[in-house]
Amino acid sequence: MVAHAEHVPHRSGLAAFIARWTLTTNHKEIGSMYLWFAFTMFFIGGALAMGIRLELFMPGIQLIDPGFYNQFVTMHGLIMVFGAVMPAFVGLANWQIPLMIGAPDMALPRLNNFSFWILPFAFTMLLSSFFMDGGAPNFGWTFYAPLSTTYGPDSTDFFIFGVHMMGISSVLGAINIMVTIFNLRAPGMKLMEMPLFVWTWLITAFLLITAMPVLAGVVTMMLTDRHFGTSFFSADGGGDPLIFQHVFWFFGHPEVYIMILPGFGIASEIIPTFARKKLFGYNSMVYATASIAFLSYIVWGHHMFAVGMPLWVEMTFMICTMFIAVPTGVKVFNWTATMWRGAMTFETPMLFAIAFVVLFTIGGFSGLMLAIVPADFQYHDTYFVVAHFHYTLYPGAIFGTMAAVYYWLPKWSGHMYDERLGKIHFWTATIAVNLTFFPMHFSGLAGMPRRIVDYSLQFADFNMLSSIGAGLLGLTQLFFLYIVIKTIRGGKPATDKVWESAEGLEWTIPSPAPLHTFETPPAWPITDAREDQAARV
Amino acid sequence: MREGVTEMSQRIHTIHTVSLWICIVIGIIVFGAMAYTIYAHRRSKHPEPADFHEHLGVEIIWTIIPVLILAGLAVPAAKTLIDIEDNSNASMTVLITGSQWKWHYQYLDADIDYYSNLATPTTQINSCLIDLFCDLPDEQGIAKPLRESNENYLLEVDKPLVLPANRKVRFLMTSNDVIHSWWVPDFAVKQDALPGFINEAWANVPEPGTYRGQCTELCGKDHAYMPVVVDVRPEAEFDQWVEDQRIAKELASGQAVADREKTWSLAELMEIGEGVYSTHCATCHQPNGEGQGTTYPALDGSEIATGPIPVHIDRVMNGKEATEMQAWAPQLSDRDLAAVVTYERNAWGNTTQDVVQPRTIFENR
Repeated sequence: MVAHAEHVPHRSGLAAFIARWTLTTNHKEIGSMYLWFAFTMFFIGGALAMGIRLELFMPGIQLIDPGFYNQFVTMHGLIMVFGAVMPAFVGLANWQIPLMIGAPDMALPRLNNFSFWILPFAFTMLLSSFFMDGGAPNFGWTFYAPLSTTYGPDSTDFFIFGVHMMGISSVLGAINIMVTIFNLRAPGMKLMEMPLFVWTWLITAFLLITAMPVLAGVVTMMLTDRHFGTSFFSADGGGDPLIFQHVFWFFGHPEVYIMILPGFGIASEIIPTFARKKLFGYNSMVYATASIAFLSYIVWGHHMFAVGMPLWVEMTFMICTMFIAVPTGVKVFNWTATMWRGAMTFETPMLFAIAFVVLFTIGGFSGLMLAIVPADFQYHDTYFVVAHFHYTLYPGAIFGTMAAVYYWLPKWSGHMYDERLGKIHFWTATIAVNLTFFPMHFSGLAGMPRRIVDYSLQFADFNMLSSIGAGLLGLTQLFFLYIVIKTIRGGKPATDKVWESAEGLEWTIPSPAPLHTFETPPAWPITDAREDQAARV
Repeated sequence: MREGVTEMSQRIHTIHTVSLWICIVIGIIVFGAMAYTIYAHRRSKHPEPADFHEHLGVEIIWTIIPVLILAGLAVPAAKTLIDIEDNSNASMTVLITGSQWKWHYQYLDADIDYYSNLATPTTQINSCLIDLFCDLPDEQGIAKPLRESNENYLLEVDKPLVLPANRKVRFLMTSNDVIHSWWVPDFAVKQDALPGFINEAWANVPEPGTYRGQCTELCGKDHAYMPVVVDVRPEAEFDQWVEDQRIAKELASGQAVADREKTWSLAELMEIGEGVYSTHCATCHQPNGEGQGTTYPALDGSEIATGPIPVHIDRVMNGKEATEMQAWAPQLSDRDLAAVVTYERNAWGNTTQDVVQPRTIFENR
């Protein structure tokens, strides 16, 4: 996005372009690449979702046969989780963390390049499985054994290798972020003075380096079960298919928070700016984030209430899970209190941030209901669960990312986005998200299992509504792409501060952000003499 | 959520309703506060922002109140859970075995066991892009997709699980291949069926009637086509049904002996075989025998279906290890197995003229 080219060696045309982007170690360029990569994957995963919703538009099999449908469901989940949401957050971290803590770059720039460039290869490998004999992975993004081991298609091995590569990328990225935050803060910036986006990412990075190796472990166990004669997950050889689920969800639940904590950070940056009032309860926000992260390690069993666990285990997981509502509630109350008696204006980032808080809270409510074991016997593996996690992920992770893009894009590109188009995007996306996912609560409660290609007639109306909503949602995101490209190519020049009462080091540098910033550390705390700082850049 | 018919499903429904209303009330308070502040504290109405950003008292209050609400929810939930997990004192036990993509029911207290398959015909499931262009006339000759006149579309089976009313029935669940999950919403029983392990659940249904559910754990291609139907009958009728099954079984074994003694013609077996094939085989190998890629190989012109007969019989009877090709010997009668093998060897482009007799199958068992 930044059109500076002073470091390019003397090559010409395409070679120079390729060399610049493959060899760059600049956090802004790598951040942009992460974001574009995530955006691409978002559209591929979205296209798969469109296929799913088209097939589910009416009962009966119209377009996609059942085996192929399972491949769609699986790849939609894998791509959205590992290809869209996670890289988008890493991209935002790459761009923003150095700018927000006054660092010249990430601490380990070459590693940064490496962790990005693993991803296109990992996903090319994963996506190529669509064209293989036997088709793409078809066992759901949770790839439960033995469906994925004994009964998996041949392409499962490509999937395993791809997951390993993504895992390496995430762990390296997380290490880089931790090292940067611990070592490169502006002199004098205490941990408890860091912007909340940085805090939430620090905690996310800890989750990543602990959770991703567990995922690597579980896919390795799959690999040896498939090819090297072990029986981790097969009762025939003394194993247990439930071991798979325990190991997978020990990764899987922290993963859920990996996909939401940075969103919390984004909302905590944006709401104070547009309320023109400091964030309410900074300390409790940090502690709440940390306790959510801690709790995420001891609640994995709530994904498995129907597998036949002992009574006391179910009780323990139920109570731990319900506890998550407490710190999450604190956050929602804090955001509300931040808005309270402020002087609010509602530019697009603020609208997305408020929608994030409201709709994520709805996802939190259904999460609380799901935690109650007896009721979960009725909700488990139905569309109620699908509604729940899409409410946390779409208005959560994805609206969070969109809020961040509208908020920081003027800083990155030097141009203001078109406010009118931004608002149109917001309202259509919000209506479409609710139209898509709210009816899923009802189809789930009425008894529709998830991951079915065809359903009985009683669910037809809800599904048709969801499909119409999904189509609209797909269109709004194409519109978002248009807005982003339009903003990058031109528009009203952005001021350095961009937003009237934005606070933080990233607003002390010029817009668009030059390729190199904070080559000498900025003063902290920020003084009013912003001209001094600008001069130093 | 469905209230259901058992005491447990109704208790769960109450918990669901209470927790839903708690969420709604909290939602109204929180979203109400947000709506108010969005309306009242916008810059045009409230130009000077206040300058508070901490209040320990408020923060403690809004930490403690949720804890109390959660405790209030957890206690009744825990009590119900303890009762759900009490599997003792059942008057009868049914072993439920999932396999791709059907349920097998075995009454451990009586000598009864059978498979339960989806009964919705594929003609209703498969359709062209838009139903309007491929309408089929129904019995009255009115053009209308058959599916729409079938209120139990995808929720009907050939042989439902028959249970007595007012008796505590224990279910043992297991699986032959991948993980399945047996769910009847009206009983609030959802339990995973794991290969190699046995899970327990129970139900005591007060009302006779037909209750429908589905498999709820992704179990492969036809996960959507694995319904659960339970036919609950008054106790006396249930006992009569058990007796009928016993008699039917004796008759069937007599029939099997007769089938073995008879020498069947190619035409007879082809006719039976076509029906067996379309019920059990066509979902993977396709009605035209062309299969689907290498996962579900073509039978038309295939090595096995045109090669040595014993190999073909072995594959159909015993299946292929670690694939979705299962062993059909325990599921089908000698006559049906003989018919389907004969059919596969003589249908489509296959013209072996081989006739496999039921007695050959019997000798291979």
